[in-house]
Amino acid sequence: MARPRLPFEFLVALRFLREGRMQTALILLGVTGGVAVIVFLSQLIAQLQSTIIDRVLGSQAHVVVRPLEEVNLRARTDPASTAVIEPRAQRLRSIDQWEAIVKLAEEQPGVVAVSPVVSGPAFALRGRASKSVALLGIEPDRYRRIVKMDTYMVRGKFQVEGTNAIIGTELAKDLGVTVGDKVFLRAAGGRDELLQVTGLFDIGNKDLNRRWVFTTMKLAQSLLDLPGGVSNIDITVTDIFDASEVAARLQAGSGMTVDSWMTTNSQLLAALRNQSVSNNLIRSFVIIIVALGISSVLVVSVVQKQKEIGILRAMGTSSNRIMGVFLLQGALVGFVGALSGVGLAWALLQIFSTIYRTGDGAPIFEPQLDTGIALSAAGIALAVGVLAALIPARRAAKMDPVQAIRA
Amino acid sequence: MTDAAGKPGIISMRGLRKSYGVGTPVETEVLHGIDADLAEGEFCALIGPSGSGKSTLLNLVGLLEPPTAGELSVAGQSTTGLNEQALTVLRGRHIGFVFQFHHLLPAFTALENVMMPAIIAHGVATAQDEAVAHDLLARVGLSSHEYKKAGQLSGGQQQRVAIARALSLSPRLILADEPTGNLDTHTADDIFALLREFNRERGSACLIVTHDPRLAARCDRRIELVDGRLAASTSVAEPA
Ligand SMILES: Nc1ncnc2c1ncn2[C@@H]1O[C@H](COP(=O)(O)OP(=O)(O)OP(=O)(O)O)[C@@H](O)[C@H]1O
Ligand SMILES: [Mg+2]
Repeated sequence: MARPRLPFEFLVALRFLREGRMQTALILLGVTGGVAVIVFLSQLIAQLQSTIIDRVLGSQAHVVVRPLEEVNLRARTDPASTAVIEPRAQRLRSIDQWEAIVKLAEEQPGVVAVSPVVSGPAFALRGRASKSVALLGIEPDRYRRIVKMDTYMVRGKFQVEGTNAIIGTELAKDLGVTVGDKVFLRAAGGRDELLQVTGLFDIGNKDLNRRWVFTTMKLAQSLLDLPGGVSNIDITVTDIFDASEVAARLQAGSGMTVDSWMTTNSQLLAALRNQSVSNNLIRSFVIIIVALGISSVLVVSVVQKQKEIGILRAMGTSSNRIMGVFLLQGALVGFVGALSGVGLAWALLQIFSTIYRTGDGAPIFEPQLDTGIALSAAGIALAVGVLAALIPARRAAKMDPVQAIRA
Repeated sequence: MTDAAGKPGIISMRGLRKSYGVGTPVETEVLHGIDADLAEGEFCALIGPSGSGKSTLLNLVGLLEPPTAGELSVAGQSTTGLNEQALTVLRGRHIGFVFQFHHLLPAFTALENVMMPAIIAHGVATAQDEAVAHDLLARVGLSSHEYKKAGQLSGGQQQRVAIARALSLSPRLILADEPTGNLDTHTADDIFALLREFNRERGSACLIVTHDPRLAARCDRRIELVDGRLAASTSVAEPA
């Protein structure tokens, strides 16, 4: 019936908040805005970063194993050191024991796919056109787990056998060939072969579309004079940011040169990190401002509620429960503000994703909200609410009931 | 402590002192050693000139602030050395307050105000608590005002709500600091009569601060304070 159903702390906290209508509205507005900014910004940056990384890693292995670089060892007259190490012009070499290293890589935790690749420079000739290309001898079933070639195929399937070749759309245009035509390929060592074009791909990168020519491993081995060998091993990992760790482990285990995308793209990575740092900076500022807002409003509320606190104390409320009432107010404000903030961020994403589009009309970012980001922002808001209420709540708990009642 | 009939007293004060501003240059002693008792069910007036320390004494007995020195027992329990938590429990269980300025919670209805001591004690209002509150408000003649916010009631109505609230857990002791202080004579008589009625009916002891000699004369006994000391005129309890 008319009996309040809420437990004491909730009942009083809610009633106090409702009574201070204007203050509560302002503080909720602040939390809502803060949460919305954090969620919106985090979502935007996460999406943009993953788009950039996707683009970079769309045509690149996460980890690549290469043969050790050859160096010249030369005796020196200086007794202090026995040898001087000099770099030497690198020639195409195979990875020693590459089958064993493929096996080793496959056994590494965090490794999803491993693909041996035979690659080297060559010229593609047709008529009077001659183009410098990169020959890639692969096993399609393995390689499509490194680079998602199937999704890039414009014509034909990503499948090679015999003297078949798959080339990029740019190279096809430059040479004036298409599926079914033949292309003459000459490797640096002078070996050559007539290849049949069976597929065209568009990776979304003109340079690669102009340079990459896929054949079987066997054909590449014979053209590049690497009988039974491979020049590198491409690896895909589960978590792309674990790539350098996987690379380090593999390097220690194999003794080969092992690079991750993170070292080959260190500048990009640094840029992404800087972006994350500035995002965190903005987040921290917003959190501090929201916390100060909650805190100051509750401090005022404690002073205003001095008399009520005294009455509640006289009626048998312990100072701890008074503290609970104010902590709860912080938590409630944080919680409700988080809900409306996430809602506002969602609305902003919808609006911005329709306004900002790429040249071809596709949205720059998806309007979905990541549950993880939303939940963590809500959690932060709740925690900030409680923490911000700590000082006012302690003040309320310490308040002298007699002082309040005498007034 | 026991009274003449051998019953344990509800309040026992021995050498009770209270100073304010302890350790500062303005340290002042307000109560200079009070020895007094209140018997279970007794209806007693606390009188004395303004500034004599009546409110201070009531606040000490109500466990709202600690004495600087002396012994205080409430409901048979010594309060010396009790922590805040224990004092709060003792206060919540045995003491009801009625203040001069009625001190209701303005954000709550009359009914909720009356239920509040029970909500504090039980964590959440029970059906029983609600029934008691309805009953008490009926007894103070405010059944039709149960759902009004406390601030919308007149002074006399608010004081009646405050009395109903003080009684909500049937405490053994009611402390009233000038409960009729800012009411007209007629309303003051009503409020006083209500307190007397509940005292007779439920056996709650009452200690009532009042400046009104008419009302003081209608109490079982009068304790008089002058400048923080008991005056000689303090009388013994009449048989009920
Ligand atoms: N917090 C305090 N700090 C310092 N002095 C105080 C404090 N509270 C009360 N006093 C002093 O204690 C003395 C007694 O005050 P108290 O309120 O108990 O008087 P009272 O008998 O209730 O007076 P009244 O009839 O006017 O209500 C007064 O001189 C008052 O100034
Ligand atoms: Mg007084």
